[in-house]
Amino acid sequence: MAILVIADHDNQSLAAATFNTLGAAQQIGGEIDLLVMGAPCAAVTTAAAAIPGVRRVLSAEADSFANPVAEAMAPLVKGCAEGYSHLLASNSTFAKNLMPRVAALLDVPQISDISAVIDADTFERPIYAGNALAIVRSQDPIKVITVRSTKFEAVAESGGSAECLALEVPAAASRARFVSRTEAQNEGPELGTARIVVSGGRGMGNGENFALLDTVAAKLDAAVGASRAAVDAGFVPNDYQVGQTGKVVAPDLYIAVGISGAIQHLAGMKDSKTIVAINKDPDAPIFQVADYGIVGDLFEVLPELDAAL
Amino acid sequence: MKIIVGVKRVLDHNVKVRVRADGSAVDLENVKMAINPFDEIAVEAAIRLREEGVASEVIVVSIGPDKAQETLRQALAMGADRAILVPFEGTTEPLSVAKTFKALAEQEGAGLVMLGKQAIDDDCNQTGQMLAALLDWPQGTFASGLKVSGEEIEVVREVDGGLETLALALPAVVTTDLRLNEPRFASLPAIMKAKKKPLDTITAESLGVDLAPRLELVSVAEPPARTAGGVIAANAAELVEKLKTDAVIA
Repeated sequence: MAILVIADHDNQSLAAATFNTLGAAQQIGGEIDLLVMGAPCAAVTTAAAAIPGVRRVLSAEADSFANPVAEAMAPLVKGCAEGYSHLLASNSTFAKNLMPRVAALLDVPQISDISAVIDADTFERPIYAGNALAIVRSQDPIKVITVRSTKFEAVAESGGSAECLALEVPAAASRARFVSRTEAQNEGPELGTARIVVSGGRGMGNGENFALLDTVAAKLDAAVGASRAAVDAGFVPNDYQVGQTGKVVAPDLYIAVGISGAIQHLAGMKDSKTIVAINKDPDAPIFQVADYGIVGDLFEVLPELDAAL
Repeated sequence: MKIIVGVKRVLDHNVKVRVRADGSAVDLENVKMAINPFDEIAVEAAIRLREEGVASEVIVVSIGPDKAQETLRQALAMGADRAILVPFEGTTEPLSVAKTFKALAEQEGAGLVMLGKQAIDDDCNQTGQMLAALLDWPQGTFASGLKVSGEEIEVVREVDGGLETLALALPAVVTTDLRLNEPRFASLPAIMKAKKKPLDTITAESLGVDLAPRLELVSVAEPPARTAGGVIAANAAELVEKLKTDAVIA
């Protein structure tokens, strides 16, 4: 049995989620190879080769991979698939875009967003926004899987020395053309991997008031998030969104401010180690999952919190 | 240009999810069902393209039980032109759904297929990508912006850390994200009118597709309940002190 993990990276370094995906691969068991597609991505290949437990790094460097366009990448992944029992990737937007395309080319179902490995054929995955957990089994000779990174321990980053293989990338015409990419202007750590997250909900009232969260977040070296209600109301961009339809996070500390705790929001943060809720409504559902809480007006509590830190 | 839009009938997103006592599935007996919210956004986007004169016809398709006709009628009331039901009782999987849409897209000569980025029941987020692969069409997933110009569609995509813009040569597949639009409410006259719009039934067999699931669903369970610590602090200073005492923050 051998597993091919598709690396998630920005042509400079591996995304943190790749290390968690490798953790899931180790639980399945078997030889593990890592596929790096990009350009120029030599630094990523070098970093990948240093990961203990990786047998081989397959490096596919081609101009057509400079930006992650699924139409160009899926045929290459399909071409690599032979001999592997599992193809694994994280649950990043990169992988979510690419992997089902690969699965369809292989004519196999995909198992999305697994949260636990039962055995090499059987996996747990959240459904209904995490309100239920399904156990599914696949009899297909090759299993295409995306991994909920927050549910798996990351593997060590260095100490290994995997063999590197450069792959030929056949030229292919793609009918999808990359135009541009706009990075969100967020200061501080990335929402998906931050140790502490401070999120605001509809109770924040407007987008300007998120500055109150920014100050607290800066003191804690935290990322700032938001509920879907706050995003829908136009307070902050969608990449702030924590919840089933946004990002699923599991930081050490999650501070929910002015968030009532709708089911779909809880689905995105209830695996956080410690949850703090600040809300003026003592009956808000968020208090049912919170370890600590303050019942009060956030516009009074936040400046106090800022001062106390 | 014809646009095909997929609509799935799912448990209404405001209904509390309950797992059947035998752990075989989520209980869907006598609960409110609704159009998958991401699909509703796709319907709205397609209707707007027709209103702009880019599309000539919007065809909504659902694979599901007889009751999925209600979901299709809802999309017709929003403004879709006609509907197709592919009857199927049971759990659908994205791969076979994609095969069904491929057959219909070819049969109808569609220039664009629009789907929600995921269904809020199985949360797979696969069908659009699979369909694009099977048709060998380009894909614009998680779209929050769309612009058709000539033979191309420009799609703004919600990706980790920002936005990405792709230009796709038509025909193409687009999957819709939350911020693309706010779906309209159907007016009463529109609901009445929708009752008279054509709704055809096409079997999966006639399209050469087997809808039987390939993955085995072993069990479904409720997630372990989180036990809240429930420590209420009187003010921020007290909260910070408690967090420090419990070594949550330094």
